[in-house]
Amino acid sequence: MIEIRIHGRGGQGAVTSAELVAIAAIDDGKYAQAFPSFGPERRGAPVAAFIRVSDKPIRTREKVYGPNVVMVLDPSILKIVNVAAGLKDGGTVIINTSKTPEEMARLLNVKAKIATVDATKIAMESMGVPITNTTMLGALLKSTGIVSNDALGKAIDKRFGRIAEKNKTAFNRAMTETIVREA
Amino acid sequence: MAKRIGMEVSIAASEAVKLADVDLIAAYPITPQTHIVEHLAEVVADGELDAAFVPVESEHSAMSCCIGSSAAGARTFTASSSQGLALMHEMLFIAPAMRLPIVMVVANRALSGPISIWNDHSDIMAEQDIAWIQTFAENGQEVFDLVLHAFRVAEDSKVLLPMIVNMDGFTLSHVIEPIEILDKAEVDKYLPPYKPKVRLDPRKPVSMGLVGVPEIYTEAKKATNEALINSKKVVVKAWKEFGDLFGRYYNPVESYKTEGAEVILITMGSISETAMTAIDKMREKGLPVGLVRFRLWKPFPATEFKKAIAGAQTLAVVDRALSPGGACGPVAEEIKAALYAERGRPKVFNFIAGLGGRDVTVENFEEIVSRAFTYAKKRPKQLYEMIGVREI
Repeated sequence: MIEIRIHGRGGQGAVTSAELVAIAAIDDGKYAQAFPSFGPERRGAPVAAFIRVSDKPIRTREKVYGPNVVMVLDPSILKIVNVAAGLKDGGTVIINTSKTPEEMARLLNVKAKIATVDATKIAMESMGVPITNTTMLGALLKSTGIVSNDALGKAIDKRFGRIAEKNKTAFNRAMTETIVREA
Repeated sequence: MAKRIGMEVSIAASEAVKLADVDLIAAYPITPQTHIVEHLAEVVADGELDAAFVPVESEHSAMSCCIGSSAAGARTFTASSSQGLALMHEMLFIAPAMRLPIVMVVANRALSGPISIWNDHSDIMAEQDIAWIQTFAENGQEVFDLVLHAFRVAEDSKVLLPMIVNMDGFTLSHVIEPIEILDKAEVDKYLPPYKPKVRLDPRKPVSMGLVGVPEIYTEAKKATNEALINSKKVVVKAWKEFGDLFGRYYNPVESYKTEGAEVILITMGSISETAMTAIDKMREKGLPVGLVRFRLWKPFPATEFKKAIAGAQTLAVVDRALSPGGACGPVAEEIKAALYAERGRPKVFNFIAGLGGRDVTVENFEEIVSRAFTYAKKRPKQLYEMIGVREI
Protein backbone atom coordinates (compact mmCIF):
# COMPACT_ATOMS: atom_id res chain seq x y z
CA MET A 1 0.00 0.00 0.00
CA ILE A 2 1.27 3.46 -0.94
CA GLU A 3 0.26 6.33 1.33
CA ILE A 4 0.48 9.93 0.15
CA ARG A 5 0.08 13.15 2.10
CA ILE A 6 -0.55 16.38 0.23
CA HIS A 7 0.18 19.76 1.82
CA GLY A 8 -1.20 22.95 0.43
CA ARG A 9 -3.23 26.02 1.27
CA GLY A 10 -7.00 26.18 1.13
CA GLY A 11 -7.99 27.01 -2.46
CA GLN A 12 -4.98 25.40 -4.16
CA GLY A 13 -6.84 22.18 -4.81
CA ALA A 14 -5.06 19.76 -2.46
CA VAL A 15 -8.28 17.85 -1.82
CA THR A 16 -9.21 17.78 -5.50
CA SER A 17 -5.81 16.42 -6.49
CA ALA A 18 -6.13 13.66 -3.86
CA GLU A 19 -9.56 12.78 -5.23
CA LEU A 20 -8.32 12.68 -8.84
CA VAL A 21 -5.50 10.28 -7.97
CA ALA A 22 -7.87 7.96 -6.07
CA ILE A 23 -10.45 8.00 -8.87
CA ALA A 24 -7.71 7.23 -11.41
CA ALA A 25 -6.23 4.42 -9.28
CA ILE A 26 -9.66 2.82 -8.91
CA ASP A 27 -10.19 3.19 -12.66
CA ASP A 28 -6.86 1.35 -13.09
CA GLY A 29 -8.43 -1.54 -11.12
CA LYS A 30 -6.71 -0.80 -7.83
CA TYR A 31 -8.16 0.05 -4.45
CA ALA A 32 -7.81 3.61 -3.19
CA GLN A 33 -8.99 6.15 -0.66
CA ALA A 34 -8.78 9.94 -0.74
CA PHE A 35 -9.88 12.20 2.05
CA PRO A 36 -9.23 15.68 3.39
CA SER A 37 -7.80 16.39 6.83
CA PHE A 38 -11.28 17.61 7.87
CA GLY A 39 -9.90 20.69 9.61
CA PRO A 40 -11.62 24.08 9.71
CA GLU A 41 -10.40 24.62 6.13
CA ARG A 42 -10.51 28.08 4.67
CA ARG A 43 -8.86 29.83 1.76
CA GLY A 44 -5.18 30.42 2.37
CA ALA A 45 -4.84 28.32 5.54
CA PRO A 46 -2.55 25.27 5.54
CA VAL A 47 -4.51 22.13 4.62
CA ALA A 48 -3.66 18.49 4.09
CA ALA A 49 -5.22 15.70 2.07
CA PHE A 50 -4.49 12.00 2.08
CA ILE A 51 -4.39 9.19 -0.48
CA ARG A 52 -3.97 5.45 -0.10
CA VAL A 53 -3.48 3.19 -3.12
CA SER A 54 -3.29 -0.58 -2.82
CA ASP A 55 -3.70 -3.79 -4.79
CA LYS A 56 -5.88 -5.13 -1.97
CA PRO A 57 -8.98 -3.68 -0.28
CA ILE A 58 -7.94 -0.97 2.19
CA ARG A 59 -9.09 -1.55 5.73
CA THR A 60 -8.05 1.45 7.73
CA ARG A 61 -9.63 4.83 8.32
CA GLU A 62 -6.91 6.53 10.32
CA LYS A 63 -5.13 9.55 8.89
CA VAL A 64 -1.84 9.02 7.07
CA TYR A 65 0.91 9.29 9.68
CA GLY A 66 3.72 7.46 7.85
CA PRO A 67 3.47 8.49 4.18
CA ASN A 68 5.53 6.94 1.38
CA VAL A 69 5.08 10.14 -0.60
CA VAL A 70 4.66 13.76 0.47
CA MET A 71 3.57 16.35 -2.06
CA VAL A 72 3.83 20.08 -1.33
CA LEU A 73 1.67 22.38 -3.46
CA ASP A 74 2.93 25.63 -1.95
CA PRO A 75 6.59 26.34 -1.09
CA SER A 76 5.59 28.75 1.72
CA ILE A 77 4.14 25.78 3.65
CA LEU A 78 7.68 24.51 4.27
CA LYS A 79 8.27 27.30 6.81
CA ILE A 80 5.24 26.45 8.94
CA VAL A 81 4.62 22.72 8.56
CA ASN A 82 7.09 19.87 9.00
CA VAL A 83 6.11 18.28 5.71
CA ALA A 84 8.53 15.37 6.11
CA ALA A 85 6.97 14.26 9.43
CA GLY A 86 6.63 10.47 9.53
CA LEU A 87 8.01 10.03 5.98
CA LYS A 88 8.91 6.36 5.45
CA ASP A 89 12.45 5.27 4.64
CA GLY A 90 12.92 5.29 0.90
CA GLY A 91 10.08 7.79 0.62
CA THR A 92 9.57 10.55 -1.91
CA VAL A 93 9.07 14.29 -1.44
CA ILE A 94 7.62 16.28 -4.33
CA ILE A 95 7.77 20.05 -4.02
CA ASN A 96 6.50 23.03 -5.93
CA THR A 97 9.63 25.18 -5.92
CA SER A 98 12.05 26.90 -8.27
CA LYS A 99 14.92 25.35 -6.27
CA THR A 100 16.77 22.19 -7.31
CA PRO A 101 16.24 18.81 -5.60
CA GLU A 102 19.78 19.10 -4.13
CA GLU A 103 18.95 22.43 -2.51
CA MET A 104 15.67 21.02 -1.16
CA ALA A 105 17.41 17.92 0.22
CA ARG A 106 19.72 20.19 2.22
CA LEU A 107 16.88 22.47 3.34
CA LEU A 108 14.59 19.66 4.46
CA ASN A 109 17.44 17.54 5.80
CA VAL A 110 15.80 14.28 4.69
CA LYS A 111 17.16 11.19 3.04
CA ALA A 112 14.52 10.76 0.38
CA LYS A 113 13.93 10.81 -3.31
CA ILE A 114 13.17 14.43 -4.12
CA ALA A 115 11.30 15.84 -7.08
CA THR A 116 10.97 19.56 -7.75
CA VAL A 117 9.07 21.58 -10.29
CA ASP A 118 8.19 25.27 -10.54
CA ALA A 119 4.47 24.51 -10.56
CA THR A 120 3.38 28.06 -9.78
CA LYS A 121 5.16 29.33 -12.90
CA ILE A 122 3.71 26.54 -15.06
CA ALA A 123 0.19 27.04 -13.67
CA MET A 124 0.36 30.82 -14.26
CA GLU A 125 1.61 30.37 -17.83
CA SER A 126 -0.79 27.56 -18.75
CA MET A 127 -3.92 28.55 -16.85
CA GLY A 128 -3.38 32.10 -15.64
CA VAL A 129 -4.06 31.15 -12.02
CA PRO A 130 -1.65 30.02 -9.27
CA ILE A 131 -3.67 26.84 -8.61
CA THR A 132 -1.01 24.18 -8.69
CA ASN A 133 -2.83 20.93 -8.03
CA THR A 134 -3.10 19.48 -11.53
CA THR A 135 0.41 20.71 -12.36
CA MET A 136 1.76 18.93 -9.30
CA LEU A 137 -0.04 15.76 -10.38
CA GLY A 138 2.33 15.77 -13.37
CA ALA A 139 5.25 15.82 -10.94
CA LEU A 140 3.63 13.05 -8.88
CA LEU A 141 3.16 10.85 -11.92
CA LYS A 142 6.69 11.43 -13.20
CA SER A 143 8.30 10.64 -9.84
CA THR A 144 6.07 7.76 -8.70
CA GLY A 145 4.02 6.42 -11.64
CA ILE A 146 1.32 5.66 -9.09
CA VAL A 147 -1.54 5.73 -11.61
CA SER A 148 -1.77 5.44 -15.36
CA ASN A 149 -1.58 8.59 -17.44
CA ASP A 150 -4.79 7.54 -19.21
CA ALA A 151 -6.85 7.13 -16.06
CA LEU A 152 -5.63 10.41 -14.60
CA GLY A 153 -6.36 12.18 -17.90
CA LYS A 154 -9.91 10.81 -17.80
CA ALA A 155 -10.37 11.92 -14.20
CA ILE A 156 -9.13 15.43 -15.06
CA ASP A 157 -11.48 15.61 -18.09
CA LYS A 158 -14.46 14.60 -15.97
CA ARG A 159 -13.69 17.00 -13.12
CA PHE A 160 -12.75 20.09 -15.14
CA GLY A 161 -14.89 19.82 -18.27
CA ARG A 162 -14.15 22.77 -20.57
CA ILE A 163 -11.05 23.86 -18.61
CA ALA A 164 -9.62 20.33 -18.61
CA GLU A 165 -7.34 21.01 -21.58
CA LYS A 166 -5.54 23.88 -19.83
CA ASN A 167 -5.07 21.69 -16.78
CA LYS A 168 -3.67 18.93 -18.96
CA THR A 169 -1.26 21.33 -20.63
CA ALA A 170 0.07 22.27 -17.18
CA PHE A 171 0.12 18.61 -16.16
CA ASN A 172 2.09 17.59 -19.26
CA ARG A 173 4.57 20.44 -18.83
CA ALA A 174 5.22 19.27 -15.27
CA MET A 175 5.76 15.73 -16.57
CA THR A 176 8.58 17.13 -18.70
CA GLU A 177 10.01 19.77 -16.39
CA THR A 178 10.03 17.94 -13.04
CA ILE A 179 13.56 17.13 -11.85
CA VAL A 180 13.87 13.90 -9.88
CA ARG A 181 16.82 13.12 -7.65
CA GLU A 182 17.12 9.61 -6.19
CA ALA A 183 17.85 9.37 -2.45
CA MET B 1 -21.22 -7.30 -11.57
CA ALA B 2 -20.73 -3.59 -12.06
CA LYS B 3 -17.29 -2.02 -12.17
CA ARG B 4 -15.95 -0.38 -9.04
CA ILE B 5 -15.97 3.39 -9.47
CA GLY B 6 -14.08 5.91 -7.36
CA MET B 7 -16.64 8.24 -5.85
CA GLU B 8 -17.41 10.16 -2.70
CA VAL B 9 -19.42 8.10 -0.24
CA SER B 10 -22.07 10.86 0.12
CA ILE B 11 -22.62 10.72 -3.63
CA ALA B 12 -22.99 6.94 -3.45
CA ALA B 13 -25.66 7.42 -0.77
CA SER B 14 -27.61 9.80 -2.99
CA GLU B 15 -27.17 7.55 -6.03
CA ALA B 16 -28.85 4.78 -4.00
CA VAL B 17 -31.71 7.15 -3.17
CA LYS B 18 -31.99 8.05 -6.85
CA LEU B 19 -32.05 4.37 -7.86
CA ALA B 20 -34.75 3.78 -5.24
CA ASP B 21 -36.77 6.29 -7.27
CA VAL B 22 -37.99 8.25 -4.26
CA ASP B 23 -40.98 10.54 -4.62
CA LEU B 24 -40.03 13.22 -2.13
CA ILE B 25 -36.91 14.55 -0.45
CA ALA B 26 -37.27 17.18 2.27
CA ALA B 27 -34.04 18.37 3.82
CA TYR B 28 -32.16 21.20 5.39
CA PRO B 29 -28.40 21.38 4.75
CA ILE B 30 -26.06 20.56 7.59
CA THR B 31 -22.42 19.49 7.63
CA PRO B 32 -21.28 16.74 7.04
CA GLN B 33 -24.48 15.45 5.44
CA THR B 34 -24.68 18.32 2.93
CA HIS B 35 -23.29 16.58 -0.16
CA ILE B 36 -26.05 13.96 -0.03
CA VAL B 37 -28.96 16.36 -0.40
CA GLU B 38 -26.98 18.74 -2.62
CA HIS B 39 -26.48 15.91 -5.10
CA LEU B 40 -30.14 14.91 -4.83
CA ALA B 41 -31.21 18.51 -5.46
CA GLU B 42 -29.05 18.40 -8.61
CA VAL B 43 -30.45 15.14 -9.96
CA VAL B 44 -34.00 16.37 -9.34
CA ALA B 45 -33.25 19.73 -11.04
CA ASP B 46 -31.57 17.94 -13.97
CA GLY B 47 -34.62 15.76 -14.45
CA GLU B 48 -32.73 12.54 -13.67
CA LEU B 49 -35.05 11.83 -10.75
CA ASP B 50 -38.77 12.55 -10.90
CA ALA B 51 -39.27 13.65 -7.29
CA ALA B 52 -40.29 16.66 -5.26
CA PHE B 53 -37.34 18.31 -3.55
CA VAL B 54 -38.59 20.42 -0.67
CA PRO B 55 -35.96 22.82 0.68
CA VAL B 56 -37.49 23.40 4.10
CA GLU B 57 -36.50 26.06 6.64
CA SER B 58 -35.37 23.70 9.42
CA GLU B 59 -34.89 20.05 10.26
CA HIS B 60 -38.05 20.11 12.37
CA SER B 61 -39.89 21.06 9.19
CA ALA B 62 -37.92 18.51 7.17
CA MET B 63 -39.18 15.65 9.33
CA SER B 64 -42.69 17.12 9.48
CA CYS B 65 -42.73 17.30 5.70
CA CYS B 66 -41.43 13.72 5.44
CA ILE B 67 -44.19 12.54 7.76
CA GLY B 68 -46.88 14.20 5.63
CA SER B 69 -45.32 12.89 2.44
CA SER B 70 -45.01 9.33 3.69
CA ALA B 71 -48.55 9.41 5.09
CA ALA B 72 -49.74 10.33 1.59
CA GLY B 73 -48.06 7.18 0.32
CA ALA B 74 -44.91 8.70 -1.22
CA ARG B 75 -41.48 7.05 -0.97
CA THR B 76 -39.71 9.58 1.23
CA PHE B 77 -36.09 10.37 2.08
CA THR B 78 -34.15 12.83 4.17
CA ALA B 79 -30.66 13.14 5.62
CA SER B 80 -29.25 14.99 8.57
CA SER B 81 -26.50 15.27 11.18
CA SER B 82 -25.86 16.41 14.71
CA GLN B 83 -27.76 19.61 15.65
CA GLY B 84 -30.04 19.02 12.69
CA LEU B 85 -31.02 15.61 13.97
CA ALA B 86 -31.45 17.10 17.43
CA LEU B 87 -33.81 19.71 16.01
CA MET B 88 -35.85 16.87 14.48
CA HIS B 89 -36.06 15.11 17.83
CA GLU B 90 -39.68 15.92 18.57
CA MET B 91 -40.90 14.75 15.16
CA LEU B 92 -38.74 11.61 15.06
CA PHE B 93 -41.08 9.84 17.49
CA ILE B 94 -44.13 10.57 15.35
CA ALA B 95 -42.99 8.64 12.25
CA PRO B 96 -42.85 5.15 13.84
CA ALA B 97 -46.05 5.77 15.81
CA MET B 98 -47.77 6.47 12.49
CA ARG B 99 -45.94 3.48 10.95
CA LEU B 100 -44.38 5.55 8.17
CA PRO B 101 -41.47 3.99 6.25
CA ILE B 102 -39.32 7.12 5.89
CA VAL B 103 -35.64 6.47 5.19
CA MET B 104 -32.98 8.81 6.58
CA VAL B 105 -29.21 8.80 6.30
CA VAL B 106 -27.50 10.28 9.32
CA ALA B 107 -23.92 11.39 8.70
CA ASN B 108 -22.91 11.02 12.32
CA ARG B 109 -21.39 14.08 13.92
CA ALA B 110 -20.71 15.26 17.45
CA LEU B 111 -23.28 17.36 19.26
CA SER B 112 -22.31 20.81 20.50
CA GLY B 113 -20.89 22.13 22.73
CA PRO B 114 -18.21 22.91 22.24
CA ILE B 115 -19.21 23.37 18.61
CA SER B 116 -17.90 20.47 16.57
CA ILE B 117 -18.61 19.56 12.98
CA TRP B 118 -16.60 16.35 13.30
CA ASN B 119 -17.47 12.71 13.64
CA ASP B 120 -18.65 10.73 16.62
CA HIS B 121 -21.92 8.99 17.53
CA SER B 122 -23.31 11.44 20.07
CA ASP B 123 -26.01 12.69 17.69
CA ILE B 124 -27.58 9.29 17.10
CA MET B 125 -27.05 8.06 20.67
CA ALA B 126 -29.17 10.97 21.86
CA GLU B 127 -31.99 9.40 19.78
CA GLN B 128 -31.97 5.92 21.28
CA ASP B 129 -35.68 5.71 22.01
CA ILE B 130 -37.21 7.00 18.79
CA ALA B 131 -38.27 3.49 17.62
CA TRP B 132 -36.62 3.75 14.20
CA ILE B 133 -34.78 0.73 12.79
CA GLN B 134 -31.10 1.62 12.67
CA THR B 135 -28.11 0.22 10.83
CA PHE B 136 -24.46 1.32 10.78
CA ALA B 137 -22.24 1.29 7.68
CA GLU B 138 -18.52 0.54 7.78
CA ASN B 139 -17.56 1.71 4.30
CA GLY B 140 -18.93 3.37 1.20
CA GLN B 141 -20.19 0.18 -0.42
CA GLU B 142 -22.20 -0.58 2.70
CA VAL B 143 -23.69 2.92 2.69
CA PHE B 144 -24.94 2.34 -0.85
CA ASP B 145 -26.20 -1.17 -0.09
CA LEU B 146 -27.76 -0.29 3.28
CA VAL B 147 -29.75 2.62 1.81
CA LEU B 148 -31.43 0.26 -0.68
CA HIS B 149 -31.91 -2.29 2.10
CA ALA B 150 -33.52 0.39 4.27
CA PHE B 151 -36.27 1.16 1.74
CA ARG B 152 -36.89 -2.54 1.25
CA VAL B 153 -37.21 -3.24 4.99
CA ALA B 154 -39.06 -0.08 6.03
CA GLU B 155 -41.77 -0.51 3.39
CA ASP B 156 -42.30 -4.24 3.99
CA SER B 157 -45.94 -4.68 5.02
CA LYS B 158 -44.79 -6.68 8.06
CA VAL B 159 -42.60 -3.77 9.17
CA LEU B 160 -43.82 -0.28 8.16
CA LEU B 161 -41.36 1.61 10.31
CA PRO B 162 -38.90 4.40 9.51
CA MET B 163 -35.27 3.49 9.17
CA ILE B 164 -31.95 5.26 9.70
CA VAL B 165 -28.72 4.33 7.97
CA ASN B 166 -25.84 5.70 10.04
CA MET B 167 -22.58 6.58 8.36
CA ASP B 168 -19.67 8.33 10.00
CA GLY B 169 -19.44 11.98 9.06
CA PHE B 170 -16.26 12.91 7.14
CA THR B 171 -14.49 9.59 7.86
CA LEU B 172 -17.04 8.07 5.48
CA SER B 173 -19.14 10.88 4.04
CA HIS B 174 -16.21 12.80 2.53
CA VAL B 175 -14.02 9.89 1.42
CA ILE B 176 -13.47 8.88 -2.20
CA GLU B 177 -13.33 5.11 -2.44
CA PRO B 178 -14.26 2.26 -4.80
CA ILE B 179 -17.99 1.58 -4.93
CA GLU B 180 -20.05 -0.71 -7.15
CA ILE B 181 -23.21 1.05 -8.21
CA LEU B 182 -26.02 -1.29 -9.21
CA ASP B 183 -28.03 -0.46 -12.30
CA LYS B 184 -31.73 0.41 -12.25
CA ALA B 185 -32.87 -3.02 -13.46
CA GLU B 186 -30.91 -4.72 -10.67
CA VAL B 187 -32.32 -2.36 -8.04
CA ASP B 188 -35.85 -2.92 -9.40
CA LYS B 189 -35.41 -6.66 -8.87
CA TYR B 190 -34.65 -6.02 -5.22
CA LEU B 191 -36.89 -3.07 -4.41
CA PRO B 192 -40.51 -3.20 -5.60
CA PRO B 193 -42.56 0.01 -5.80
CA TYR B 194 -44.03 1.15 -2.48
CA LYS B 195 -47.72 0.25 -2.28
CA PRO B 196 -49.08 1.52 1.05
CA LYS B 197 -52.11 -0.28 2.41
CA VAL B 198 -53.44 2.87 4.05
CA ARG B 199 -52.64 6.41 2.99
CA LEU B 200 -54.01 9.92 3.17
CA ASP B 201 -56.37 10.22 0.25
CA PRO B 202 -59.22 12.74 0.02
CA ARG B 203 -61.30 10.22 -1.94
CA LYS B 204 -60.99 7.68 0.86
CA PRO B 205 -60.51 9.70 4.06
CA VAL B 206 -58.70 8.25 7.05
CA SER B 207 -57.35 9.85 10.22
CA MET B 208 -53.73 9.39 11.21
CA GLY B 209 -51.68 10.46 14.21
CA LEU B 210 -54.57 10.84 16.64
CA VAL B 211 -54.58 11.39 20.39
CA GLY B 212 -53.66 8.33 22.44
CA VAL B 213 -55.95 8.58 25.42
CA PRO B 214 -54.92 6.65 28.58
CA GLU B 215 -57.13 3.76 27.43
CA ILE B 216 -55.04 3.30 24.26
CA TYR B 217 -51.58 4.92 24.71
CA THR B 218 -49.97 1.90 26.41
CA GLU B 219 -51.30 -0.52 23.79
CA ALA B 220 -50.15 1.79 20.97
CA LYS B 221 -46.64 1.98 22.44
CA LYS B 222 -46.55 -1.79 22.90
CA ALA B 223 -47.63 -2.35 19.31
CA THR B 224 -44.93 -0.06 17.91
CA ASN B 225 -42.28 -1.65 20.09
CA GLU B 226 -43.32 -5.13 19.01
CA ALA B 227 -43.24 -4.05 15.39
CA LEU B 228 -39.69 -2.77 15.95
CA ILE B 229 -38.55 -5.97 17.66
CA ASN B 230 -40.19 -8.15 14.99
CA SER B 231 -38.64 -6.11 12.17
CA LYS B 232 -35.38 -8.01 12.73
CA LYS B 233 -36.71 -11.01 10.79
CA VAL B 234 -37.35 -8.83 7.74
CA VAL B 235 -34.02 -7.01 8.20
CA VAL B 236 -32.22 -10.36 8.04
CA LYS B 237 -34.34 -11.75 5.19
CA ALA B 238 -33.82 -8.60 3.11
CA TRP B 239 -30.04 -8.88 3.62
CA LYS B 240 -30.12 -12.54 2.59
CA GLU B 241 -31.98 -11.66 -0.60
CA PHE B 242 -29.59 -8.79 -1.29
CA GLY B 243 -26.68 -11.20 -0.95
CA ASP B 244 -28.32 -13.81 -3.19
CA LEU B 245 -28.88 -11.17 -5.88
CA PHE B 246 -25.66 -9.15 -5.68
CA GLY B 247 -23.15 -11.31 -3.80
CA ARG B 248 -22.68 -9.05 -0.79
CA TYR B 249 -24.07 -10.63 2.37
CA TYR B 250 -24.76 -8.74 5.58
CA ASN B 251 -25.68 -9.80 9.13
CA PRO B 252 -26.99 -7.97 12.20
CA VAL B 253 -23.73 -8.77 14.00
CA GLU B 254 -20.48 -9.45 12.15
CA SER B 255 -17.47 -11.35 13.48
CA TYR B 256 -13.82 -11.12 12.51
CA LYS B 257 -11.20 -13.62 13.69
CA THR B 258 -13.14 -14.50 16.85
CA GLU B 259 -12.10 -18.18 16.83
CA GLY B 260 -10.26 -18.82 20.07
CA ALA B 261 -10.31 -15.14 21.01
CA GLU B 262 -10.00 -14.42 24.73
CA VAL B 263 -10.59 -10.71 24.25
CA ILE B 264 -13.13 -9.49 21.73
CA LEU B 265 -13.24 -5.88 20.61
CA ILE B 266 -16.72 -4.50 20.00
CA THR B 267 -17.15 -1.65 17.52
CA MET B 268 -19.75 0.03 15.33
CA GLY B 269 -19.29 2.07 12.16
CA SER B 270 -16.20 2.95 10.14
CA ILE B 271 -13.67 2.43 12.94
CA SER B 272 -14.37 -1.30 12.49
CA GLU B 273 -12.11 -1.40 9.45
CA THR B 274 -9.22 0.15 11.36
CA ALA B 275 -9.99 -2.30 14.17
CA MET B 276 -9.65 -5.23 11.73
CA THR B 277 -6.20 -4.01 10.73
CA ALA B 278 -5.32 -3.80 14.43
CA ILE B 279 -6.65 -7.35 14.99
CA ASP B 280 -4.51 -8.65 12.10
CA LYS B 281 -1.45 -7.02 13.66
CA MET B 282 -2.16 -8.40 17.14
CA ARG B 283 -2.99 -11.89 15.81
CA GLU B 284 0.39 -11.91 14.04
CA LYS B 285 1.97 -11.32 17.43
CA GLY B 286 0.01 -14.29 18.76
CA LEU B 287 -2.55 -12.38 20.84
CA PRO B 288 -5.90 -14.21 21.05
CA VAL B 289 -8.11 -11.28 20.01
CA GLY B 290 -11.06 -10.90 17.69
CA LEU B 291 -13.60 -8.31 16.61
CA VAL B 292 -17.38 -8.22 16.71
CA ARG B 293 -19.28 -5.27 15.33
CA PHE B 294 -22.91 -4.27 15.12
CA ARG B 295 -24.39 -3.61 11.73
CA LEU B 296 -27.92 -3.59 13.14
CA TRP B 297 -28.16 -1.32 16.16
CA LYS B 298 -31.95 -1.09 16.67
CA PRO B 299 -33.69 -3.41 17.30
CA PHE B 300 -30.72 -4.52 19.38
CA PRO B 301 -29.68 -7.96 18.07
CA ALA B 302 -29.07 -9.56 21.48
CA THR B 303 -29.35 -13.20 20.34
CA GLU B 304 -26.92 -12.77 17.44
CA PHE B 305 -24.57 -10.83 19.67
CA LYS B 306 -24.47 -13.50 22.38
CA LYS B 307 -23.73 -16.12 19.73
CA ALA B 308 -20.95 -14.00 18.25
CA ILE B 309 -19.12 -13.49 21.55
CA ALA B 310 -19.66 -17.04 22.90
CA GLY B 311 -16.46 -18.36 24.42
CA ALA B 312 -14.76 -15.00 24.97
CA GLN B 313 -13.74 -14.16 28.52
CA THR B 314 -13.42 -10.44 28.05
CA LEU B 315 -15.14 -7.82 25.92
CA ALA B 316 -13.57 -4.45 25.15
CA VAL B 317 -16.48 -2.29 24.02
CA VAL B 318 -15.60 0.88 22.14
CA ASP B 319 -18.19 3.66 22.35
CA ARG B 320 -18.10 6.77 20.16
CA ALA B 321 -20.29 8.76 22.54
CA LEU B 322 -20.20 9.68 26.18
CA SER B 323 -23.20 9.21 28.43
CA PRO B 324 -22.39 11.93 30.95
CA GLY B 325 -22.98 10.96 34.53
CA GLY B 326 -24.00 7.47 33.47
CA ALA B 327 -22.54 4.03 34.09
CA CYS B 328 -20.86 3.68 30.69
CA GLY B 329 -21.24 4.48 27.01
CA PRO B 330 -24.51 3.61 25.24
CA VAL B 331 -23.23 0.53 23.38
CA ALA B 332 -21.66 -0.93 26.52
CA GLU B 333 -24.86 -0.24 28.41
CA GLU B 334 -26.93 -2.32 25.95
CA ILE B 335 -24.36 -5.09 26.03
CA LYS B 336 -24.18 -5.20 29.82
CA ALA B 337 -27.97 -5.28 30.05
CA ALA B 338 -28.15 -8.08 27.48
CA LEU B 339 -25.51 -10.19 29.25
CA TYR B 340 -26.51 -9.63 32.87
CA ALA B 341 -28.77 -12.70 33.10
CA GLU B 342 -26.33 -14.94 31.22
CA ARG B 343 -24.47 -17.61 33.10
CA GLY B 344 -20.68 -17.45 32.71
CA ARG B 345 -20.94 -14.04 31.10
CA PRO B 346 -17.72 -12.34 30.00
CA LYS B 347 -16.21 -9.35 31.74
CA VAL B 348 -17.14 -6.14 29.94
CA PHE B 349 -14.80 -3.14 29.85
CA ASN B 350 -15.82 0.06 28.14
CA PHE B 351 -13.63 2.54 26.30
CA ILE B 352 -14.78 5.87 24.90
CA ALA B 353 -12.81 6.85 21.79
CA GLY B 354 -12.95 9.12 18.78
CA LEU B 355 -15.05 11.96 20.18
CA GLY B 356 -15.55 15.06 18.03
CA GLY B 357 -13.32 13.87 15.19
CA ARG B 358 -10.40 12.60 17.26
CA ASP B 359 -8.71 10.01 15.06
CA VAL B 360 -9.09 6.40 16.20
CA THR B 361 -5.88 4.63 15.23
CA VAL B 362 -4.60 1.07 15.03
CA GLU B 363 -2.41 2.02 18.00
CA ASN B 364 -5.51 3.05 20.00
CA PHE B 365 -7.03 -0.40 19.47
CA GLU B 366 -3.80 -2.09 20.55
CA GLU B 367 -3.85 0.00 23.71
CA ILE B 368 -7.52 -0.85 24.37
CA VAL B 369 -6.88 -4.57 23.97
CA SER B 370 -3.79 -4.43 26.15
CA ARG B 371 -5.78 -2.70 28.90
CA ALA B 372 -8.58 -5.25 28.57
CA PHE B 373 -6.08 -8.09 29.14
CA THR B 374 -4.77 -6.26 32.23
CA TYR B 375 -8.23 -5.51 33.62
CA ALA B 376 -9.28 -9.13 33.10
CA LYS B 377 -6.69 -10.02 35.76
CA LYS B 378 -7.16 -6.98 37.97
CA ARG B 379 -10.50 -5.22 38.00
CA PRO B 380 -10.17 -1.48 37.27
CA LYS B 381 -11.62 1.12 39.66
CA GLN B 382 -13.43 3.09 36.94
CA LEU B 383 -16.56 1.90 35.08
CA TYR B 384 -15.23 3.13 31.74
CA GLU B 385 -12.35 5.18 30.46
CA MET B 386 -11.67 7.66 27.72
CA ILE B 387 -8.93 6.80 25.23
CA GLY B 388 -6.43 9.27 23.81
CA VAL B 389 -7.15 12.07 26.28
CA ARG B 390 -4.29 14.57 26.38
CA GLU B 391 -3.27 15.19 30.00
CA ILE B 392 -1.19 18.16 31.09
